[in-house]
Amino acid sequence: MAKFDLNDDSIVCIVGSGAGGGTLGNELAQRGIKVVILEAGGRYETQDFINDEWESFAQLAWTDMRTTSGSWRIAKDFPNLPAWIVKAVGGSTTHWAGASLRFQEHEFKTRTTYGDLQGANLLDWPITLAELEPYYAKAELKMGVTGTNGIPRLPGNNNYKVLSAGAARLGYKEFHSGNMAINSQPRDGRGSCQQIGFCFQGCKSGAKWSTLVSEIPKGEATGNMEVRPGSMVLKIEHDASGKVTGVVYVDQQGVMQRQKARVVAVAGNSIESPRLLLNSASSKYPDGLANSSGQVGRNYMRHMTGSVYAVFEQPVHMYRGTTMAGIVRDEARHDTKRGFVGGYEMETLSLGLPFMAAFLEPGGWGRPFASAMEDYPNMAGMWLVGEDMPRATNRITLDKTAKDKHGMPVASVHFDDHANDVAMRNHAYQQGRAIYEAVGATRVFNTTPYPSTHNMGTNRMSEKARDGVVNKYGQTHDIKNLFVSDGSQFTSGAACNPTLTIVSLAIRQAETMAGMMQRREI
Amino acid sequence: MKTINKPTELGRRGFLKTSVAAPAAASLAIGVGISPQAAWAQAAQHLSAHEMASLVKMARDIYPHDHLADTHYVTACAGFDAMAADAGKKAMFAKGVADLDAAAKARHGAADYLSIAWEGDRVKLLQAIETSAFFGKVRSTLVVSLYNQKDLWAKFGYEGSSADKGGYINRGFSDIDWLPQA
Repeated sequence: MAKFDLNDDSIVCIVGSGAGGGTLGNELAQRGIKVVILEAGGRYETQDFINDEWESFAQLAWTDMRTTSGSWRIAKDFPNLPAWIVKAVGGSTTHWAGASLRFQEHEFKTRTTYGDLQGANLLDWPITLAELEPYYAKAELKMGVTGTNGIPRLPGNNNYKVLSAGAARLGYKEFHSGNMAINSQPRDGRGSCQQIGFCFQGCKSGAKWSTLVSEIPKGEATGNMEVRPGSMVLKIEHDASGKVTGVVYVDQQGVMQRQKARVVAVAGNSIESPRLLLNSASSKYPDGLANSSGQVGRNYMRHMTGSVYAVFEQPVHMYRGTTMAGIVRDEARHDTKRGFVGGYEMETLSLGLPFMAAFLEPGGWGRPFASAMEDYPNMAGMWLVGEDMPRATNRITLDKTAKDKHGMPVASVHFDDHANDVAMRNHAYQQGRAIYEAVGATRVFNTTPYPSTHNMGTNRMSEKARDGVVNKYGQTHDIKNLFVSDGSQFTSGAACNPTLTIVSLAIRQAETMAGMMQRREI
Repeated sequence: MKTINKPTELGRRGFLKTSVAAPAAASLAIGVGISPQAAWAQAAQHLSAHEMASLVKMARDIYPHDHLADTHYVTACAGFDAMAADAGKKAMFAKGVADLDAAAKARHGAADYLSIAWEGDRVKLLQAIETSAFFGKVRSTLVVSLYNQKDLWAKFGYEGSSADKGGYINRGFSDIDWLPQA
């Protein structure tokens, strides 16, 4: 396995090993480019994962201190856990459910399509669906997405059968067991899904695609890529000309190191990535790196989410099998007759008993809560995920007082729902309830959004430098050898799960970056 | 379809298992119910037996599951005594219980919170302190320390870890048989 010198300034240094960073790293390594990935978390392989929600949470979740503000319920229920994402090699691809959907055409043109919505900071992407389509195709092939490339869909579990029966009765047309980056048959050196459940806790059969089981070992096998776990980057440094020169990080032994680099790519997810740019402020860049627009950290999106759980007369055992086992897509369209712009997906979801207790009704107690818990085996569940509006005031800032163990200010996450988000959520709750009532639900719960799993938009793409942080290739407008490679690039969030788009953008970015390096532009 | 019994048998197994984890808890629990005289209450290191018993009663009132024996609540509350090694926490628990007792006296003429006979009356006292740091700490601890006890999962129809059993591919992931045909 490759080991690169700290003073090797010919390498590309990637901060983060998840969907963006891990994919970018492998794609560059395959092209013969030397890559060092610095990952804040530890390295846990497939056999290390734990089929126990709280134990797994302790193993994988990013629980470093963060603070929150705003009118979202998270600020009250989970004030120091705004996001449920991962600190480990593979990043949140170890935790993701596997749903791999393409954006719709209009979702790249939200300002044009939705108009000037008050309180929303809408902007068209500088790229179109047509431009991204070839990369979506590459990503689907790479990840082995079911329902694409002739790969059969997964069988539906009990939870999906309830969802689909209700959807059919309601007259919905587009529902199936999903486009999932989970092997339905052996593929790419990995086995097929054993319907274990616990997809959020790291797949113990290796059937689910993650950068941990796919991109990273492939990249390492080239001899061009080194992954350093336990390496927390504190700062990106630059020279007098403004070009970045490398990063300062704390290694696994707790020792401060400086890794030189030709290019730095930030892929720490949409809370840590802007935090790192802001924490890298210097006399030349007093507002943080790549922040001449003032947009770093702004336009934080987390998707309109919520869940509907329903109780039936007879057992469902929703937790058996893949966590996200199917989808209803009929409401994903943009149709303002429903009272909001954009759309949403309905996807099955289940939680185990311990997490159900924590998340069904945070803060709930007494007989109504206890009786709901006793209904657990008879419950079916779905997650509602839809486009939320980017807002300049929904943002990541540096906390004025709280510091991490290295003395760096922690991220503070402010979020207020836009009226459009609220209208969409209410519609989704109503439709979710209708699906379950159509097949005999006796009790239905509207569950408030969990800590955010889809974090997007805080270093957004824009055509003009004044409107965003990065260009159409994820290259920062201000510093040509500094890139952003994760979901923080998203100009808008679309209705669907973000990972396929993050991977597609990373494949495209690698191609572009390699060309720029070859032409000595960076 | 394959269902999970809510076994009465498991009560005993769970009971024995719990008593290993909390040695003082088991034998007297059934005899005296939730009381300062219970061995588990007497065994508290940092909290008084009365405080310990009051917290266990609170736990039952916060997450009332009539199919769970007291031992599960005793186990769920064990952490409070450990937390009370910290003087600030100890004071918070002591004051929290004392305030509940005072309210029990004032509003129900009862000797203390523990001696209020009806759950509904006790719950009203808890509702009055719902936003306090004391209640918040107790509830947020319990939501993990109660529902994360593996030996009670089957009583809620939850099967726990699955990879070690080969997943559900041959164990009923799609065996639902009562859905109406579309």
